[in-house]
Amino acid sequence: MQNKDDLLRQYRMMMVMRRFEEEAARNYAKGKIGGFLHLYIGQEAIAVAVTEVLEERDYIFQTYRDHGIALARGMSAKAGMAELFGKDTGCSRGFGGSMHFFDVDRGFLGGWAIVGGHLALAAGTAFKSKYAGEDSVTVCFFGDGSINIGGFHEAMSLAGLWKLPVVFVCENNQYAMGTPLERTSPLKDLSIKAKGYGMVGDRFDGHDVEVVQARINEAVDRARTGGGPTFIEVLTYRFRGHSMSDPAKYRTTTELEQRKQQDPITVVREKLMGLGVDESALDDIDLEVDEEIDEAVRFADESPPAREDLMMSTVMAPEGES
Amino acid sequence: MRELRYREALREAMLEEMERDERVFLMGEEVGHYQGAYKVSEGLLERFGERRVVDTPIAEAGFAGVGIGAAMAGLRPIIEFMTWNFSFVAFDQIISNAAKVHQMSAGAIKVPIVFRGPNGAAKQVAAQHSHSCAPFYTNIPGLYVIQPSTPRDAKGLLKSAIRSNNPVIFLEGETLYGVKGEVPDEGVEELIPIGESRLVRPGADCTIVTWGRPYYTVLAAAEKLSGEGIDCEVVDPRTLRPLDTRLMVESVKKTNRCVVVHEHWPYGGPGAEIVDRLQREAFDYLDAPLERVTGLDVPMPYALNLEDKVLPTEERVIDAVKRVAYAS
Ligand SMILES: Cc1ncc(C[n+]2csc(CCOP(=O)(O)OP(=O)(O)O)c2C)c(N)n1
Ligand SMILES: [Mg+2]
Repeated sequence: MQNKDDLLRQYRMMMVMRRFEEEAARNYAKGKIGGFLHLYIGQEAIAVAVTEVLEERDYIFQTYRDHGIALARGMSAKAGMAELFGKDTGCSRGFGGSMHFFDVDRGFLGGWAIVGGHLALAAGTAFKSKYAGEDSVTVCFFGDGSINIGGFHEAMSLAGLWKLPVVFVCENNQYAMGTPLERTSPLKDLSIKAKGYGMVGDRFDGHDVEVVQARINEAVDRARTGGGPTFIEVLTYRFRGHSMSDPAKYRTTTELEQRKQQDPITVVREKLMGLGVDESALDDIDLEVDEEIDEAVRFADESPPAREDLMMSTVMAPEGES
Repeated sequence: MRELRYREALREAMLEEMERDERVFLMGEEVGHYQGAYKVSEGLLERFGERRVVDTPIAEAGFAGVGIGAAMAGLRPIIEFMTWNFSFVAFDQIISNAAKVHQMSAGAIKVPIVFRGPNGAAKQVAAQHSHSCAPFYTNIPGLYVIQPSTPRDAKGLLKSAIRSNNPVIFLEGETLYGVKGEVPDEGVEELIPIGESRLVRPGADCTIVTWGRPYYTVLAAAEKLSGEGIDCEVVDPRTLRPLDTRLMVESVKKTNRCVVVHEHWPYGGPGAEIVDRLQREAFDYLDAPLERVTGLDVPMPYALNLEDKVLPTEERVIDAVKRVAYAS
């Protein structure tokens, strides 16, 4: 059991993520945000738990469903929202958009949009840690739909073979776009795949931030102390469609309502009240978060647009000192 | 004739060919139960069942290869890439296997397969999702590459592609799926031959060669230019490999000027190929250097103000035409 202050901090962060994305959805409807927008709503406990466990020197990779982890890692809501608005003040200066958040100073090495494409990159930063004799760890997130593509197999193979300090976190939200897991995998328990790659596997529910934190911690520790990679399947659920254009007709409202019973935010909230925290104190946090997000939207709206001169000048890195 | 949307025209082509030939099947991500990520295959699962409308996991190299293998054994697969951006993980299957096995086996093995899906930029889907793929595939002997601009061409060419005995790369466009156009009436079968260009708009002063999404940009620009007294002739190659230069050459012999307009990057590709062919096949008739209006030579940025700069615009087309017509 964690102490109250930790839980309060985690609660606040999950609220930031939630409100950020609700506001993003509204601004998408208003046409302020374009392209694809994939929301992390329902999965927040996982990103929060992972960032609680990691050190500053560690690396993180995520798919296109990347707002949550970026915020949890410390990116400001302003930098995130401005990116969605395609502004120069955004975390990728308007070049990446929703799917390509970056925050290199905090070791967040991107949202990536080709399924399976970033797993080997994560093995690559882990390779660097080992090469340089550093004890940094890489955590790589991906979805349940990503376990069938070649990129998954090859990254897992190399990480297992070379005992790289990487933790592969499969966020099993039960669906890949419109396809439920039972139609993409003959396995129910994905974590047994770990064995085939010579690494440790784990599998647990993702709606209780404390549980996730404890289990991720074991894997990160193992990686940090030379014990090699872990493949983790976290069972979770997304409350929204795959992206804004997906009405999610492939699931029933009953299923959705049932899953919402385990909303990770409600779970922490109830825990906190169980620990004697006043409901009004939590409501105060909510209000504070609302203001922070409103401020982020205002900031994004008023920021200058992405810069045309950067479009040409950032294609290649400058040469010179190597 | 009747009006159909581009996506409906494609759907009809698949439906008709699947009814005609039992060996034809559709395979890809979300093509069945979800009715297609862009609803091109809507209703096909209900019509043909799971045997012939096959949903796959996200495994492009896998299902592209399965398709190629099935084609080698006599089936006629249509493989849908949710977008062509995802074909890159299947690149090896297409290039090393599909495009090669006919000659490697001295003609013993045929690969009658169609790879299709939306190609090019959509709107603000950023660098990894906005590839205009024609240059990658037109470089490969052993493949046909088709990029239809209109619903009628989409239908007639897809039907020919499905009946072809060779691997076909069929490049559609997300922004084209909703475009309406005339298509022959039900029961009137039209097979548009692979490798035939089309005269879109007759004109006397300047030839514009274009295809895909910029086709519509060019038509709008040509309209404006005619108001300014510059009469453009527009030719659509429709198939990019093999390339039919007959109409373009004839046109340039008449207009003595040419602008090539395409979405793909400027370095190489069908755009540069067309320019190369025209300067050789119509050298004596050219009164100005050929010009190209292309997607800018950068990864696609997310921000709309930048994306609008990258894609060919009416303005850029008009400027280029005026330059070759020495009218600016
Ligand atoms: C190679 C490739 N194929 C297809 C896609 C299109 N696509 C994007 S997300 C997605 C579903 C992924 O599902 P999952 O891995 O479960 O992640 P989730 O979206 O549920 O977080 C698909 C098919 C893609 N981006 N890359
Ligand atoms: Mg999923």
